Amino acid sequence: MRAIDVVGSAIGNSFRSRLRTTLTVLAIFIGAFTLTITNGLGTGINAYITDTVASIGANDVLTVTKVSPDATTTGPQEYSADQITSGGGAAGGAAGRTTVAAITPADLTTIAAIDGVTSVEPSLSVTPDYVTTGSSKKYRLGLGSFVTGTTLQLSAGAQLDPASSERQIALPVSFVAPLGFASDADAIGATVHIGITDAAGTSSVIDATVVGVSEAGLGATGNATANTALTTALYDAQSVGRSATAKDSYAQAVVHFDANASASEVTALQARFTDAGFTAKTVADQIGTFKSVIDAIVLVLNAFAVIALLAASFGIVNTLLMSVQERTREIGLMKAMGMGAGRIFGLFSIEAAFIGFLGSAIGAGIAMIVGTVVSRALSTRLFANLPGLHLISFTPASIITIILIVMGIAFLAGTLPAWRAARQDPIESLRYE
Amino acid sequence: MSHPILAAYDLKKSYGRGPNRFDALKGVTLEIFAGESVAIVGKSGSGKSTLMHLLALLDKPSTGSVELGGSDTATLKGKRLNETRNKTFGFVFQQFFLTPGASVLENVVLPLKIAGIASRSRKLRGHAALERLELDDKARSKANALSGGQKQRAVIARALVNDPRIIFADEPTGNLDSATGAIVEDILFGLNREQGITLIIVTHDEDLAERCDRRVYIRDGLVVSEEARVAA
Repeated sequence: MRAIDVVGSAIGNSFRSRLRTTLTVLAIFIGAFTLTITNGLGTGINAYITDTVASIGANDVLTVTKVSPDATTTGPQEYSADQITSGGGAAGGAAGRTTVAAITPADLTTIAAIDGVTSVEPSLSVTPDYVTTGSSKKYRLGLGSFVTGTTLQLSAGAQLDPASSERQIALPVSFVAPLGFASDADAIGATVHIGITDAAGTSSVIDATVVGVSEAGLGATGNATANTALTTALYDAQSVGRSATAKDSYAQAVVHFDANASASEVTALQARFTDAGFTAKTVADQIGTFKSVIDAIVLVLNAFAVIALLAASFGIVNTLLMSVQERTREIGLMKAMGMGAGRIFGLFSIEAAFIGFLGSAIGAGIAMIVGTVVSRALSTRLFANLPGLHLISFTPASIITIILIVMGIAFLAGTLPAWRAARQDPIESLRYE
Repeated sequence: MSHPILAAYDLKKSYGRGPNRFDALKGVTLEIFAGESVAIVGKSGSGKSTLMHLLALLDKPSTGSVELGGSDTATLKGKRLNETRNKTFGFVFQQFFLTPGASVLENVVLPLKIAGIASRSRKLRGHAALERLELDDKARSKANALSGGQKQRAVIARALVNDPRIIFADEPTGNLDSATGAIVEDILFGLNREQGITLIIVTHDEDLAERCDRRVYIRDGLVVSEEARVAA
């Protein structure tokens, strides 16, 4: 028998008992549908994270912290005067509260001397009190400092200029209306007053020019962003009354390296930092934490979908065993007429794979439709403040992979009945009543 | 005299072991020549079906040999055995063994499909076989829509479609009324006469056996008598 005839007959046979095939396909459909949705969820969220990487940090930047001498011990740590409690920088994501040793000017010199470092700057942690236009009410303000190479997702205006001596600020979009601006574009060019309290408790005001309005996103969670000139001015105002030592110790530093460095070169660079007693994290490392959490959740969801598919595969075994039983005489006749056992095996296992294909193709198709509709509805309502997030999205490769995996499972499920059919004795089969 | 087309020499076949051992055939020697019609006659349990299965190469004898066209078939294995059965033999069974949901034409071309013949050529040869049995108008009907006689004619068309040299018929008229049975018999003997197809009929029906050139009587696994047709 020709291979094309084997496939044709197998497909024809699967339609012979329509109700039974339909029920089996339905069981696979449920598994494939779930698998497609959970996969789409992972794809959608991870794609969103990747899209917003640019707003979290540049790709030629390392965030460096100094390893505390006793950071490796577990349990309560002994207090040390030169430790700084870092609550995770605005740009650093939620890394939790970790105690790190302070970076001193001497450390900065050490870092600058490390091979591969093109520049180093301390990251100044400033905590302003409020922002106002003068005529508006005063609003609490969180501020992240701008790292060269970072791209903000702007709804109006331009990127901050780190080299400019002008004190520039990019306001989050949620501040536009409360501060009394008519629109995002209206805010550009306006001067805002930022209040800050120094160590002695004296309040001072620094003026800044609004150059951009940033979209809310994972990377910019409601914080305004300042350029170097503004950050320095605020830091100086904040540090009035502090000792020079306290002023010159920083929680973390930002290191720039060659933007063309390969992944292995970056790893080598990070190793050199580790040897020198620092922890250096790339943006990818920080994003990686997000992604691995999402991936773990998707993996668990996928496991449930695979369990559903395993249950469905027993349905296939059952369906085909009944089929083999019903077609005993037909199988016997085909063998008597000279059909080889291999071809009989192929006939039944391909039928199983075809049932798997039907279930997975329909399941994936409907999952794509449902996922797209749900995702669209959610992004205009529940996730309206996270522009660009498509909760569920699909890639052709993952859909094809799902269909192939389901077909593979179905094929495996079909091997037991197919093997039974293949080893049937034609004489016994023809005697079967 | 020429070689027999199909021959069995001292065929023995037993099932089971020890006290459960059952000897279905106890040493049967039989020669069948091209163009002959031979009836293998016996009651149920006589071993006639076992003999047919061995002759049709569906089973292997415990001892003894089956020769096809002068060569021993014991060496035929796997693919070559399947090909030989497919090309040389046609089968007509009492219970028809038609696939009920498939069309008559699809049922008839099954041996060609197994042989790996292309779809277009299958169709042509299937229609030709059906025409010879005056069943071409039913080609598109479902097999279970046919009457008993039509079904048996479709089965004969299926047995014929691959131009076999030998047709095995196992109680070909067992499920038919006598009028329809007579028509089916006429068709089978017509093929034997006109096309020289060797006919091997397994039956316990004396009237059908009477019409064959030769009758081989089997009882308890042995040939008890052989007689040529009494000249009418």
